[in-house]
Amino acid sequence: MKSLQELRDMRKRLEKDMTARDDKEIAKVIIGMGTCGIAAGARDILQAVSDEINKRDLNVKIVQTGCIGMCEEEPIFDIVKPGEDRITYGNLTPDNARQIIVEHLINNRIDTEHVIARHNN
Amino acid sequence: MSKENIYRSHVLVCTGTGCVSSGAREIKDVFIDELHENEIENEVRVVETGCHGFCERGPIAIVYPEGVFYSELKENDVAEIVEEHLLKGRIVDRLLYVDDDKEKVPGYSDIAFYKKQKRIALKNCGRIDPENIDEYIANGGYEAMGIAFTELDQDKVIEMVKDSGLRGRGGGGFPTGLKWSFAAKSVSNKKYVICNADEGDPGAFMDRSILEGDPHKIIEGMAIAGYAIGADEGYVYVRAEYPLAIKRLRKAIKDAEEYGLLGDDIFGSGFNFKLNIKEGAGAFVCGEETALMASIEGKRGMPTPRPPYPAVKGLWGKPTNINNVETFANIPFIVQEGPEAFSSYGTEGSPGTKVFALTGKINNTGLVEVPMGTTLREVIFDIGGGLQENRKFKAVQTGGPSGGCIPEEYLDLPIDYDSLLEVGAMMGSGGMVVMDDNTCMVDVSRFFLNFTQSESCGKCTPCREGTKRMLEILNRITEGEGKSGDIKLLRELAEHIRDTSLCGLGQSAPNPVLSTLQYFENEYIAHIEDEKCPAGVCPDLKGAYYVLEDDCIGCGICMKACPVDAISGKPKEVYTIDSEACISCGVCADKCPKDAIAVG
Repeated sequence: MKSLQELRDMRKRLEKDMTARDDKEIAKVIIGMGTCGIAAGARDILQAVSDEINKRDLNVKIVQTGCIGMCEEEPIFDIVKPGEDRITYGNLTPDNARQIIVEHLINNRIDTEHVIARHNN
Repeated sequence: MSKENIYRSHVLVCTGTGCVSSGAREIKDVFIDELHENEIENEVRVVETGCHGFCERGPIAIVYPEGVFYSELKENDVAEIVEEHLLKGRIVDRLLYVDDDKEKVPGYSDIAFYKKQKRIALKNCGRIDPENIDEYIANGGYEAMGIAFTELDQDKVIEMVKDSGLRGRGGGGFPTGLKWSFAAKSVSNKKYVICNADEGDPGAFMDRSILEGDPHKIIEGMAIAGYAIGADEGYVYVRAEYPLAIKRLRKAIKDAEEYGLLGDDIFGSGFNFKLNIKEGAGAFVCGEETALMASIEGKRGMPTPRPPYPAVKGLWGKPTNINNVETFANIPFIVQEGPEAFSSYGTEGSPGTKVFALTGKINNTGLVEVPMGTTLREVIFDIGGGLQENRKFKAVQTGGPSGGCIPEEYLDLPIDYDSLLEVGAMMGSGGMVVMDDNTCMVDVSRFFLNFTQSESCGKCTPCREGTKRMLEILNRITEGEGKSGDIKLLRELAEHIRDTSLCGLGQSAPNPVLSTLQYFENEYIAHIEDEKCPAGVCPDLKGAYYVLEDDCIGCGICMKACPVDAISGKPKEVYTIDSEACISCGVCADKCPKDAIAVG
């Protein structure tokens, strides 16, 4: 270690892997993994989301949840940013899931085509 | 997915010594197998961590990002967690920790045991993999060291530690910054820093848990101390009975060397520092600093008179600074967050937090860290969950064999160095042994004196002979052979040993006797004059067991439990105990559902 800056750069690189254990409020993608969700392909969605997040180096937590009752619309995920409404997207495919992640989390645009609900937090 | 993969979920399995002995290693292996089986090993990472403190409920696993707390796991529970929680996202209710009010608590932070704690020294314990230096760095590790080495001069570092008000966590409570300034002032071509990890109090495991759970923090704290006093070499004196702590510390030192965080010209500052481990054979007296240094030098672990103090003439005759494990664990926080951040916790005379090992007749055995000034009641009842089987609190022993017993009337005492001294106990390293009404205080003081007597190194007469004579008297009293002058004699001996012994071991050895005499003299009198042990512990003084006729419901459970058939009676009538046949084992009293059997 040749300088304090070198350590700080290293930390920046390493701390991404600790995001999952962080207590701080950061954006979350909550994926419906009930029987209905899994049957409709939620596992593929989960893999696509996690791949996209890794690839784009986003500070986002991926959380799983059970069935929320709208089995018809599965696969479903919710995106919650701190202090913003919780947006539910449905009828996902790995491709549109990747698109939504980029639009919502990077460009701050809600992809209205796939939104099925909006909840006040 | 690539190896650089960021895992979406982390499973933290506690592999502190407590959880390992209840099977945590096997749990971890099954997790890895099951993740592989379900093909999610690239999504979920299993991390071994140090102690979470909640040893009573081990093995423990915490699943992030949800922070769900699973306790008392068995190997065949793991498949369910993997399939339900990790694959399908459904929390496994049946394995959640159940709080005292019978509610299932999913979140780590919702558990009463953790709510009142403030973790500075233990911040990373249970949250990071102690064998992975990257996780320490990712959590801000070694940044305090970098700041100190490159942005602060030596005086400034010492000033910060002084301003924080940090006092030695090994027990004495000497101001750490002041201690550093003594060593810094000594002029020499060679100086040393020593970490005292010779934790020897019965029931204490704070230092072990920190070394096992966050070894890099100790390295960082020691290196900062080295920089501040001008020492380029350090020793960690740790007892050989702590193999896991030694293994993890050894790996941590190696990793730090590879990263250039130990060695020459650290952070380009021109400062060099290297660390050695010295394994001690486990003699209690080696916790005393002069004996400890003798042991490192390869001599017999015996204390020598001070002055000269180690800061002037220490290890191999060179100026040396010795601090305890927990003291060093607080240093990075003070440098990184500032002295005010540290002193914003705790009391005016004792800033910061203190780690305690809770043991004895308490529900939540484990490791806790609370701000100084927290009351004994909060630690024992709110965090510790109260006494086992809801028994009545009698006393809490703090400070190990050098400390004292604190009775119920002081339960609301805020814990700090000075308040504990005022009531005849001491902070010590942080052991807290909780005792219920089934504990005989004469027996307790005999236990501790027996410990110090056998650990006395034998160098000075008051300690060697005096503790032996005191122990003889206590043995006599518990055997029913006590004499009327014994209490006076005990007090007299205690005062002489305290005033004339060479080192802290002897000076404090009489404390358990003095404090029990102060608060529980009536128990001594009952043993000596009435030949009775009120708690029913001392076998020779137990007296006969008898049935309280008004309370007996005639269930017959006592009769079935009696190993010598000394109890007779008919169902629904009052049972009787034949005192001739009774061997005073106490099984009937333990089994009686109505507490209708008494002794004495």
